[in-house]
Amino acid sequence: MLRFVLKRLLSLVLSLAVASVVIFLFVEVVPGDPAAYMLGMNAQEDTLNALREQLGLNGGLFERYASWVGGMLRGDFGTSYTYRTPVSEMIGERMWISLPLALFALALSTAIAFPAGIWAASKRGSFADVSVMSLTQLGVAIPNFWFAMLMVLVFAINLRWFSAGGFAGWDAGFWAAMKSLTLPAVALALPQASILARVMRSSLLDTLGEDYIRTARAKGLSRRQALWRHALRNALIPVLTIIGLQFSFLMAGAIIIENVFFLPGLGRLVFQSISARDLIVVESVVMLLVFAVIVVNFLVDIAYALVDPRLRVRA
Amino acid sequence: MNRALTIGAVLSGAFALAALVSFIWVPYDVTGVDIGNRLKVPSMAHLLGTDHFGRDIFSMIMVGARTSIAVAVVAVGIGMLIGVPLGLAAAARKGSLMDELIMRGNDLVFAFPSLLIAIMITAVFGASAVNAIIAIGIFNIPVFARLVRGAALGLWTRDYVLAARVSGKGAARISFEHILPNVTNLLIVQGTIQFSLGILAEAGLSYVGLGAQPPTPSWGRMLAESQTMFSFAPHLAIFPGLAILLTVLGLNLMGDGLRDVLDPRLRRARR
Repeated sequence: MLRFVLKRLLSLVLSLAVASVVIFLFVEVVPGDPAAYMLGMNAQEDTLNALREQLGLNGGLFERYASWVGGMLRGDFGTSYTYRTPVSEMIGERMWISLPLALFALALSTAIAFPAGIWAASKRGSFADVSVMSLTQLGVAIPNFWFAMLMVLVFAINLRWFSAGGFAGWDAGFWAAMKSLTLPAVALALPQASILARVMRSSLLDTLGEDYIRTARAKGLSRRQALWRHALRNALIPVLTIIGLQFSFLMAGAIIIENVFFLPGLGRLVFQSISARDLIVVESVVMLLVFAVIVVNFLVDIAYALVDPRLRVRA
Repeated sequence: MNRALTIGAVLSGAFALAALVSFIWVPYDVTGVDIGNRLKVPSMAHLLGTDHFGRDIFSMIMVGARTSIAVAVVAVGIGMLIGVPLGLAAAARKGSLMDELIMRGNDLVFAFPSLLIAIMITAVFGASAVNAIIAIGIFNIPVFARLVRGAALGLWTRDYVLAARVSGKGAARISFEHILPNVTNLLIVQGTIQFSLGILAEAGLSYVGLGAQPPTPSWGRMLAESQTMFSFAPHLAIFPGLAILLTVLGLNLMGDGLRDVLDPRLRRARR
């Protein structure tokens, strides 16, 4: 087990290193000089140089990479070109919207998908199964930002149950904040719930066909008992992988959904920084998101190995 | 005849047809401004109404189909053209350094939230349909590489591959003459699914302003433009969204149907 964890840990560090180089080089090739962008067209050459020096843009390629990565390891993400505030501060602020939003959506998606998938699998071929599967087809095909717009139309504009956008802030109280995250979370969760329900169903159908389920039935368990006691636990493995992967979809999907609802989260920050050519912010937020995705997938892998000894050998 | 395949083919065929017809004929010009006819609700003259410039929404959806389909087709093409040879190569030299590099490279691309990187690419190199295509295409590469490698590994153990090796064919020739034809079915099914994902991705990018630029009509941008007006003119938002939904739904159904038809093993397993 230790060997497995170490091996996975090594590949985690390697992926992070390669990811950071890719992101760094990528942003490096961006045309345009941030200093010129900040000071405008009429800036003097020496003022530009002074600002470049201050922003750390004058060093060599490797030097700048090293200082970027070194800074991040110490928790220093640099200073935003446009806002002149530390990037870590900006990320910290906006994290309190994006992370709860992603977790809220993940919880919603799981809460919808599990019962739907289990129900469909246990009544395979029935009307219930067909309707759940048809709904998931719709859920996968619907563009979530359009679904978000329709929800705004119905629940915010016509029924006035929710506000059409913006964030109440955690200061306004837990429920007020959650209320402004509800429509975005539902919009984010819908496609993920559809995918998850389909995976849950097919995984459960697979395990229901296993020999040990027949054994369980033969020793006198009802279909229902066999499903809950034996099939479900074994069916959860692929479902967990998908939940891990969905985390990254939720973080990225938030960029668009945050734009629909004018939520000042990480996604909107990336988007605004891109249009303002505030590359240090883009670089750091993207790195942070990739870091989160890689670490979550690492944790999922470790969680499996703990649950299922067979996987320790295979990886 | 498979029902999902029929419904899917009819739906996606209708949009493909609309895109093709739009090259020679659209009910109204989509580049002109007709302020007298702005924000009309659907009627006999304008089947789906008009937008804030008086442009006919039905015509715009027809032309928008062109953009969506073109972007998605090329993106899937990029993914296949690069991903399939990579997958074949990795399988042919299983366990080699090359295999390891290709697969780790794939994992790396998978680790990046695709939409985020697509947004970065289009932002860095400028927002345009071409950059949207490249951004979506890159994320199709590992999908096809992985799929082909997995399937090809199984095929390499077959007797007919052994026979080909005995008769002196090299790995590259075997890959193209014996492995590739046997993974075509998988490629068709996966290609359909990636195609639908490409349409969704293009819509998302255009919606945030990083896809096709004006005056090229695109479904995503129609939705973005409708956002300030859809509280009093909901038809502006409803129809382009429905177009995306129906196209993607059609392609997904077609993919499912094709899988059932092309892979009898799966058909039995799914029942």
